[in-house]
Amino acid sequence: MSENKNDQWDLWEVFIQESDNSPHQHAGSVRAADAENAIQNARDVFARRGKVKSMWVVKSEHISATTPEDVPSFFDPASDKVYRHPQFYKHTLDDELWKKP
Amino acid sequence: MIGKSENIAYLEEQFNQRIANGETIEPNDWMPEKYRKQLIRLISQHAHSEIIGMLPEGNWITRAPSLRRKLALIAKVQDEAGHGHYLYSSAETLGIPREEMFDQLHQGKAKYSSIFNYPTLSWADMGMIGWLVDGAAIINQTTMAKCSYGPYSRALLRICKEENFHKKQGMEIIAALITSGEKGKAMVQESFSRFWWPTLMMFGPHDSNSPNSADMMKWKIKLKSNDELRQRFIDMTVDQALAWGIKIPDAQLKFNESTRSWETGEIDWIEFNAVINGNGPCNHERLEERRNAHSNGQWVRDAARAYEEKQRLKNKSAA
Repeated sequence: MSENKNDQWDLWEVFIQESDNSPHQHAGSVRAADAENAIQNARDVFARRGKVKSMWVVKSEHISATTPEDVPSFFDPASDKVYRHPQFYKHTLDDELWKKP
Repeated sequence: MIGKSENIAYLEEQFNQRIANGETIEPNDWMPEKYRKQLIRLISQHAHSEIIGMLPEGNWITRAPSLRRKLALIAKVQDEAGHGHYLYSSAETLGIPREEMFDQLHQGKAKYSSIFNYPTLSWADMGMIGWLVDGAAIINQTTMAKCSYGPYSRALLRICKEENFHKKQGMEIIAALITSGEKGKAMVQESFSRFWWPTLMMFGPHDSNSPNSADMMKWKIKLKSNDELRQRFIDMTVDQALAWGIKIPDAQLKFNESTRSWETGEIDWIEFNAVINGNGPCNHERLEERRNAHSNGQWVRDAARAYEEKQRLKNKSAA
C-alpha cells in the first residue's frame, strides 16, 4: 500500500451522523496514514461546528460502487414495479385500476 | 453498455444533453477531455487560492488586537485550510494527483487568486479581506455551487456555509474601527483604498476578453459572466461603503438611475496582468512561504506513515 512514490497519505471517506435517528451521510474525504489519524483529521475538517453525533471513516479503496454504464440496466427492474408503492392500491373496487400498466 | 464502436461525437452529444437537462456529472461518468481539463484548471486554482489565502491573514494572528479577534482569525485560517482540502479532493476525482497540483503551485506554474499577492499592511486589512475579498468570493462561489460537476458543487456548498462567518467577522472589524474614532476611520479608508481595485480584479477579465468563457458557460462550469458577477458585487458594496462614510477611490464612479446600478471607471488591466503573471507585490514571498510550509511539514507526513507501518507490523505479529 505505502508505495512512497506519492507523498500523500491514503484516501479515506468520511460519513457523519448529525443526530439520533438520522443516517450516516457522506461528508467528504480526508488523507490519513491510519484509521485513528483519519478520524482525527475528519473531526478537524468536517466537525468544526458541532452537530455531529457519530462519524465513520473507511478507506476509499474498500468502497465498491455501481459503474455509470451499468446503472440503467441495473436499476431498471425497480422502475416498472408500481405495485411496490402504496399509491398502487385503492380502496375502491374500480375495474379501471387494472387497465393501467 | 455503450459499445466501443460508438464514436466520441455521439458521447459528446449525450453529455451535452445531460448538461442541458440539468443533470450532475459524477467522477466516473464519461466527459469530454476539455471539460475535464477546464475543471482541473478551475478547481485547482481555487484550491491554491484557499491555501495561499491563509498566508496574508496568518500574518496577523500574533498581532490580533484582542483574544476575541485572535480566536476568530485562527478559526478562519483553519477554515481556509479545510476549503483547500475539499477542493483538492474534488480535483483529484478528475484524475490529477494532489502531489501534482502541489508541484504546479510550488513551481510557480499554477495560478491562484490575484488578490493574495497584495500585502496586508494594517489590522484594518483583516476586516477588509473578510468584507471585500470574502464578499466577492461568496458571490462567485454561491453561483458556482450550481455548476454541473457534482464533487465541485458539493465542495462549494460546504464552503459557502462557512464563508458567511468570514464575511461577518470582517464587517465587525470594520464597524469597530469606524466607530472607534478618527484614527480607526482613517485606517479603514487607507485599507479600502488599497483593496478596492484589486477586489474588482478578482472577478477576472472582461467577458469580451475571457477566452474560456463560451465553453465553460455551455458546460455549466461557469454560470454567470465575470462582468455580471462583478457588477453584483459593486452594487452591493458601494452602498455599504457609503453607509459607513468610506470614500471610494474612483473619480468616475456614478449611479446610473435608469439601470439602478453603480458604474465604475476602468480597471487597470496592466496591473491585473502583471499580478496574475507572477509580478505582483507579494507573488514571490507567498510562494516561498508556501514551499517552506510544505517542506517543513515533511517530517509530520513521514512520522505518521512510519507510525502506521509500525502498528501494522505489531498487529501482524500479534495475530
